[in-house]
Amino acid sequence: MRLYPHRILLILLAAALVVWCAVSLRWDWLPKYLPLIAEGIWRTVWILVVTAVLGFLLAIPLGLAQAAGPWVLAAPARAFCTVIRGTPLLLQLWLLYYGLGSLFPQYPWIRGSELWPYLRQAWPYAVLALTLSFAGYEGEVMRGAFRSVPRGQLEAAKAMGMPRLTILRRIWLPQAIQRALPTLGGETVLQLKATPLVATITVVDIYAVAGRVRQDTFIVYEPLLLLAVVYMLITGVLVLGFRWLEQRRPAKVA
Amino acid sequence: MAARAEAIRIEGLRKSFGELEVLKGVSLLAHEGDVVAIIGGSGSGKSTMLRCINFLETPSSGRIVIAGEEIALRADGTPSSRRQIEHARRRLGMVFQQFNLWTHKTVLENLIEVPVHVLGVPRAEAVERARKLLARVGLAEKADVYPAYLSGGQQQRAAIARALAIEPRAMLFDEPTSALDPELVGEVLGVIRDLAAEGRTMILVTHEMKFAREVASHVIYLHNGVIEEEGPPEQLFGAPRSERLKQFLKSVG
Repeated sequence: MRLYPHRILLILLAAALVVWCAVSLRWDWLPKYLPLIAEGIWRTVWILVVTAVLGFLLAIPLGLAQAAGPWVLAAPARAFCTVIRGTPLLLQLWLLYYGLGSLFPQYPWIRGSELWPYLRQAWPYAVLALTLSFAGYEGEVMRGAFRSVPRGQLEAAKAMGMPRLTILRRIWLPQAIQRALPTLGGETVLQLKATPLVATITVVDIYAVAGRVRQDTFIVYEPLLLLAVVYMLITGVLVLGFRWLEQRRPAKVA
Repeated sequence: MAARAEAIRIEGLRKSFGELEVLKGVSLLAHEGDVVAIIGGSGSGKSTMLRCINFLETPSSGRIVIAGEEIALRADGTPSSRRQIEHARRRLGMVFQQFNLWTHKTVLENLIEVPVHVLGVPRAEAVERARKLLARVGLAEKADVYPAYLSGGQQQRAAIARALAIEPRAMLFDEPTSALDPELVGEVLGVIRDLAAEGRTMILVTHEMKFAREVASHVIYLHNGVIEEEGPPEQLFGAPRSERLKQFLKSVG
């Protein structure tokens, strides 16, 4: 990269901004909260990874059912995607947490079950809501992706005696995913930025940590700046990761 | 002549799409080593006839026997056993008008896909065989290239190699040169010609009359879902009896 005068100027401005932030803003709370911040980042990251992976695994059958399934499968899949995409995630999260969460304790057999220690915590509801939400959106994406794979390639596989599941596994799904990757990358970034909602049901992610700092110290602006930096860094990693995934295969798929 | 085994036998094949009857009872018999060319105008049903052989289209009625094994059909023509169909398809190498290579796999991966993942051939062996096939169709140096970077003619030659990789008993060609630029047709016909010369059984749907005349051992002229005339190429092209065939040959030059 050539260092043009305007680039040097921009770099200097950015450096000055960082220095100004470091010097004139209050960061003395940082050491004390460092363990909590690390925990919050970790929780945000694993909630993102788990819900995106599980949601995507659900999106595959949801997309396939809509793209090629009989109507008894296609109709419920479409209904699910429509409902999920048509309602706010916050509402879904609260319905699950306050709805299921208050329903479950009424059944002794649930309270007595092995799962109860988990079901009485908040994170399973957060994971469930975010997973279903991601599945709903990505189900639509995968529907289009499955449809965009040329019929002829599936026919060629069929003509060579490939069993249907093998066609799906070896030909159809890999190409659908390849075609969906740019969209999936963007959607995963959006999923990251949906995770702070879990703070509303007492899950302590990095967003909740920032809130905790504000409550304890009455420092408002600095924790928010930290939040912005953290989310931007995670986004950067996601973008680079998806770019790498996309480049593993040829760009020309026509 | 020594009795050659039957490769493909079709009897009384009918096929309707809704109200429209595309094939009105056609029959075909190909022995090992035969090259049967199916010619006819568009809408004559020639592609449908070919696609019924490996059940890419489901016949409405009729008998289909692949390498001595009759495909069991229900009353409505649908095959009663998917496994039997899949087994029969593995004996037929099909080449499409639009090549239909798998675009997410390299040429070599296209060739070893079915041998390795369906037929259970050890990978090293499949790769070795695939490289030989690619050399035969003149694509040895394109093994690790993705199909999108090949010309149409190269793609079609790769598709032929892919079909050969399953070691089929017979090859089915569905207008293999119709989607190609004129200057690329020759290289594909050359490959098919070589296959015919080595005694491969082939059913060939084509618009290339000269080529059909040259390689075919038997020619079928299809018109409106009926076999209007059939016989050895010299007879069909040299001395056509039916008026329609005469007209057709005149129109395609």
